[in-house]
Amino acid sequence: MITAPLLLEVQDLVTRYPVPRGIVGALARRPKEVAHAVEGVSFTVGAGEMLALVGESGCGKTTTAQTVMRLVDPVSGTVRFRGEDITHLRHRELRPLRRRMQLIYQDPYDSLDPRFRVRQTVEEPLLVHHLGSSHERSERVTRALERAGLAPADLFLDRFPHELSGGQRQRVAIATALVLEPELLVADEPVSMLDVSVRAEILTLLDSLRRSGLGILMITHDLSTAARFADRIAVMYLGRIVEEGPAQAVVQDPRHPYTRALITVVPKRDPRDRTTPEILKGEAPNPVHVPTGCRFHPRCPEVASGRARERGMEERCRGEDPMLRELAAGHEAACHLA
Amino acid sequence: MNGSGPLLEVQGLHVWFDLAGGRELHAVQGIDFDLGPGERMGLVGESGCGKTTAILAIMGLLPPSASAAGHVLLNGMDMYEAGEDSVRPHRWRDIAMVFQGAMNAFNPVRRIVDQIVEPMELHEIAEGRAARVRAGDLLELVGISARQASRYPHEFSGGMRQRAAIAMALACGPKVLLADEPTTALDVMIQAQVLELLTGLTRELGLSLILVTHDLPIVAQTCDRAAVMYAGKIVESGPTEDLFHTPRHPYTRLLFSATPDLYGRGEVISIPGTPPRLDREVLGCAFAPRCDMAFEPCPSVVPRTLPVAPGHGARCHLNDPAMRSAS
Ligand SMILES: Nc1ncnc2c1ncn2[C@@H]1O[C@H](COP(=O)(O)OP(=O)(O)O)[C@@H](O)[C@H]1O
Ligand SMILES: [Mg+2]
Repeated sequence: MITAPLLLEVQDLVTRYPVPRGIVGALARRPKEVAHAVEGVSFTVGAGEMLALVGESGCGKTTTAQTVMRLVDPVSGTVRFRGEDITHLRHRELRPLRRRMQLIYQDPYDSLDPRFRVRQTVEEPLLVHHLGSSHERSERVTRALERAGLAPADLFLDRFPHELSGGQRQRVAIATALVLEPELLVADEPVSMLDVSVRAEILTLLDSLRRSGLGILMITHDLSTAARFADRIAVMYLGRIVEEGPAQAVVQDPRHPYTRALITVVPKRDPRDRTTPEILKGEAPNPVHVPTGCRFHPRCPEVASGRARERGMEERCRGEDPMLRELAAGHEAACHLA
Repeated sequence: MNGSGPLLEVQGLHVWFDLAGGRELHAVQGIDFDLGPGERMGLVGESGCGKTTAILAIMGLLPPSASAAGHVLLNGMDMYEAGEDSVRPHRWRDIAMVFQGAMNAFNPVRRIVDQIVEPMELHEIAEGRAARVRAGDLLELVGISARQASRYPHEFSGGMRQRAAIAMALACGPKVLLADEPTTALDVMIQAQVLELLTGLTRELGLSLILVTHDLPIVAQTCDRAAVMYAGKIVESGPTEDLFHTPRHPYTRLLFSATPDLYGRGEVISIPGTPPRLDREVLGCAFAPRCDMAFEPCPSVVPRTLPVAPGHGARCHLNDPAMRSAS
């Protein structure tokens, strides 16, 4: 049996950033430091599938997305698109690929040029890629706008960004990505800047695009959104995926203590669902100094409460870096105690 | 103190902004509520519905282009009638606020401790060494080590700056705290820390809290009571449980259905359309054009607030038998 290659396959991706030492550090010849933004991340996104990458800020979500989009170069690992290894393609070779994978930014206010009418904004990528005659371009612009839910397109073509609501602006940004007819969308916090009443419509739009066959990698810090709209959820902590599985399984039956803590702190819609939040102390730790052993152990409630010790596992938690293990069908966690 | 009554009473509060060309924007259109000691009330609604303007008006900190009318009573004293000279000693001492985006509003070149000490000295709560000790205590109260007091804002993370902003608002020992979107830019874990802090302050210091947010689940988890604002008016208010389980205004119901639930229950449905402009007079119910249950009187008759259950009121014709039978 021949199966079509997966849309996106990411394997053991590692991306690091040099950390500026500052003048004092450089003069003192302090060793150069690096931020371990992404430390061995693997996942796949199929056509018609939405994967949500969830985690606190600084855990490496955006770097993962940027590496996948080849906006940042990885130290090691591979990114495959439709089976083709694109990790080391050069700029010119990347060009045709850029059309097939598109990024949607967080802030629809930043991503649209205020001087451009909707028509120009959405047409721009076609001009950059020298696609179509003027007539074809205008047809594609109309089609993209209507696919993004701005129908009839005539009503919007000549407007400027300031003449649009926040939701309409994000739809224009999505149309700008759709006009190249990509196969993969990478959406980095696509609704976090939008008003509640508008979020649902943008998420529903992404959901319908997924149903029409697009693969979507959605980055979000909001587990509720991920739970409702994604097929699968990958929870990131300090540059690693610590749990991955079907969205409902991850939310209903979380296996990693970090995921469990995250779930308790997500505010629930129903006041009767109040739970005592399991609040982890401190901020998400610094990717420059990754703890030894399990990277989560300094904040882990299992270690802090002594449960890890009772089970005779504390040494391992402190000393041995856990790998992802499959615990149920398609559901993995990287925890010695799971 | 006048003992048992509410700490803060707001009656018929209106705010207008002067716009260019002699036009006016009616940002707050007659709101009423009161707040008892130790109570936590949520003020929710889409952006632009007037939440920030309302609490700035309560604090008496509106910009010069704004004018306000109505009554704001703090411990029974009518702050609008008393005039600025009488109100000034009470601001920050009896009622304080955490501004929207406060964590980004620290002066970058001054140490955190100095910025917390400033209001204390201004209001003659404490000065010099005593004030610095108190600032350290306040930082400890919000979960920041007093040893970090002499750091600069950029040396703090966002979550720490937000907590420092809360410490600053508490500097003069207020009884009422108004917190405007205090967790909006924060991660869930840090958000949980800040919400736990605010809840703890109401329990331990007996502080009364108004939590302003566009995020309903935050209110559902933190507040006993909430007021839902739309286009400058409170359209529904009551116990948070009632608002979720038995909403009596379609806007409240739709806001909840537009919010994804962690356990994936129920469809997530957006609310079509946008709120009306507030620089024009709105006829009838401001929500009618977006409402899925609008009927005959809605576009033309302004609904009144009617009680629907104990402590629960809504501004919707659906609750008015006279309107329903007439149409
Ligand atoms: N300084 C101002 N001048 C003119 N209009 C203002 C000013 N501040 C707020 N507004 C308007 O008042 C209305 C309410 O705004 P705001 O109180 O900020 O709402 P919210 O806090 O609920 O987002 C909006 O229509 C807004 O545009
Ligand atoms: Mg506001």
